[in-house]
Amino acid sequence: MPWATRGLREGIVTTPYPRYPDGYGRLFKGYVVCEERATGAEVAVAAATCPTGAIEVGAGGARLDRGRCVLCGRCCKVAPRWFHFEPGFETAALARPALVVPGREPDDVEVARAREQLRRRVKALRRSLYLRHVDAGSDGSEEWELAALTGPIYDVQRLGIFFTASPRHADVLLVTGVGTAGMLAPLRLTYDAMPSPKVVIAVGTDAVSGGLAGGTYASGKGVAGVVPVDVFVPGSPPSPFSILHGILLAVGLVRQPPAERAALRAAVEVMKKGGAAS
Amino acid sequence: MRLDGCLNWHDPRGFAQAVVKRSKEGARFCGLFASPGAAGTRLLAVLSKAGRLLTEATWVPEGAGGFPALTPAVPSAAWYEREIRDLFGLEPFGHPRADPLVLPLRPGTPAPRPGSGKPAAPAELDPSPLPSHVQGEGVFTLPYGPVRSGVFESVEYLIETPGERIAHLRARVFYKHRGMEARFAGLSLADGALLAERYEGVASVAHAIAYCSALESAAGAQVPPAAELVRVLHAELERVANHLGSVLRHTEGAGQAVANARIAVHKERLQRLRADLSGSRFGRGAVVPGGVVGPPLQGGAAVLGALDRLEKGIREDLDLLMATPSFVDRLRGTGVVPPELARERAAVGPVGRGSGQGEDLRSTRPYAAYARLGRLDVQERSSGDALARQLVRADEIADAFHLCRQALDELEALGPQPAGGWSVDLGPVNGEALGWAEAPQGELLYLVSAEDGRLVRVKPRSASFHNLALFMAAFPTDIFTDFVFIEASFDLSIAGVAG
Repeated sequence: MPWATRGLREGIVTTPYPRYPDGYGRLFKGYVVCEERATGAEVAVAAATCPTGAIEVGAGGARLDRGRCVLCGRCCKVAPRWFHFEPGFETAALARPALVVPGREPDDVEVARAREQLRRRVKALRRSLYLRHVDAGSDGSEEWELAALTGPIYDVQRLGIFFTASPRHADVLLVTGVGTAGMLAPLRLTYDAMPSPKVVIAVGTDAVSGGLAGGTYASGKGVAGVVPVDVFVPGSPPSPFSILHGILLAVGLVRQPPAERAALRAAVEVMKKGGAAS
Repeated sequence: MRLDGCLNWHDPRGFAQAVVKRSKEGARFCGLFASPGAAGTRLLAVLSKAGRLLTEATWVPEGAGGFPALTPAVPSAAWYEREIRDLFGLEPFGHPRADPLVLPLRPGTPAPRPGSGKPAAPAELDPSPLPSHVQGEGVFTLPYGPVRSGVFESVEYLIETPGERIAHLRARVFYKHRGMEARFAGLSLADGALLAERYEGVASVAHAIAYCSALESAAGAQVPPAAELVRVLHAELERVANHLGSVLRHTEGAGQAVANARIAVHKERLQRLRADLSGSRFGRGAVVPGGVVGPPLQGGAAVLGALDRLEKGIREDLDLLMATPSFVDRLRGTGVVPPELARERAAVGPVGRGSGQGEDLRSTRPYAAYARLGRLDVQERSSGDALARQLVRADEIADAFHLCRQALDELEALGPQPAGGWSVDLGPVNGEALGWAEAPQGELLYLVSAEDGRLVRVKPRSASFHNLALFMAAFPTDIFTDFVFIEASFDLSIAGVAG
């Protein structure tokens, strides 16, 4: 009996996201921004000091691959003019190139196409969504953040999202970890056991690109080569908010950003005129 | 502890005898580690006695193919010798069951030998099943994993059973083996700290502290007092988070829905507090070689108030939980590890302290600021069941908050610009050393060697690796439905076991 009153003690603690923005989430140290046309000695130092080689110095300015970034913040320290942290958690992307910033127009087109293809595929999944998680060599922290989603604060069940034990009942496969040699076969078997249509979400920098740990005799550089990844959620580890954003993005419950819509319109115009889209 | 010049050298047979003798004299076996060298492979056995580490070493010459196993006389060496067999291709002669553990290589393919300076070819695995231990009519093996029901790390438990009783348990942990030791080799010292945080992601701070303290010993450097306090703060918050994680798994297994929801809220608030203080929900990036990156990002009355509220909420709910018969009955007498077994297997952490095997490095080999901070009494338990382990964790949570408050108070007294700053420059580190920390799961060791500021060999030994071997023996009279509680009460991190 004492538990009944204990449960009512604090009222509602659940986040209003995604219906309304979450005040805490907006303050979250979310991602690193790389300014347009970043050049100079500072940028070269930043690129050299990046532990995962996420910064590529090119002719049009440096670009940062958020899919490799582990948010250590070294670049922000050595080249504060060009790199800085931005609060927020909506970091997931529908195509791998879209995680490389500053963005390029062809990437927006690719994202828009991926979004359209995914939209058609997941039409039937909108009312309720069953998730199956597979750890393919994580460090263990991603599992904590995934488990937090079912707690009262994130409470994904309110959105019709549930974790399921059997891949036979699952619509979405959440994969964490670098993709170890030992997990290749179990991961593939789980994916194959899921009914179509299905969606794969790579959760965490390790799953997206191998991060810091990947690339040894026993570990891959992400899981995209093992299963077809639809949504990429960077972060080392990504916060529960970021993972939730990735799941909502997969089923089209996140609005398309205006820039992406404009890019797609422009690409369609080009195609109508008979030119190449990218 | 700097190792150069501190090793007791033996020939391989004398080595085994020396380790057995030390062990018989009451020293606790902490681990057996291999390092490749020019003359073959060096084996290093680490034992702990009366707050001191004993280090015995031997060379296994190239072509010897193996070494006399310690396991027959020192049972807690069993998994270390299996790991060395997998990673270095050395056979532990006389090992009772030298099955593959972290890397079941296809016969004929070379072992990776991390730290040898040569990159290893991609591993070809042979995951064929191993023979079962228990034979008899009606006995079968129930495989559980590697893809398990719910959000779990990948591990395969093989439950040998006549139907309901768990007659024998085996674990296959290689699924998650990432080859982390090989990944460390050649990194800069700062990058090594980031990788150490990802060896066992739920204990990032403890790993960073153990790794950095090894480097600091090798360099002969003294960490500034203010940095030591910040390390304590982040490490103790991490301990509370892990212990709450263990409680959560218990309440989930026992179907205590309200308690589960309450603890989940506390844990999430704690993770947010950790992000407020360190910039990362897991305290990553806070500890750097030579000290810490800076003071806590927030301080003063706001943080103390948040700590007080959090502690009060956790204490009230844990008190009620431990007085809820339908919960406690599931834990009492479940997964009993008798003190003799805990001693024989050299159990560490809350698992050890629940079975009267008490060593807590924060008291016996104090590091960071622990030597000068007051501790609350963590009562040692000897019943050895899941309940004892949970009671130890409840005490440790109270103790951790006590330590956090002291660390914050002392930091406040030192002011925003403390004497000595927040870190010291280690320079180009040369040499080899052992570092340690009392992680939430227990004793964590780091064997680190560096040359001119580059890592040559890093061998982390997590508490989970050490305790998982004991976990296999923690099912004397238990049945399937006890499994979830025994697993939760051991609170093992598979990433830390598989490496």
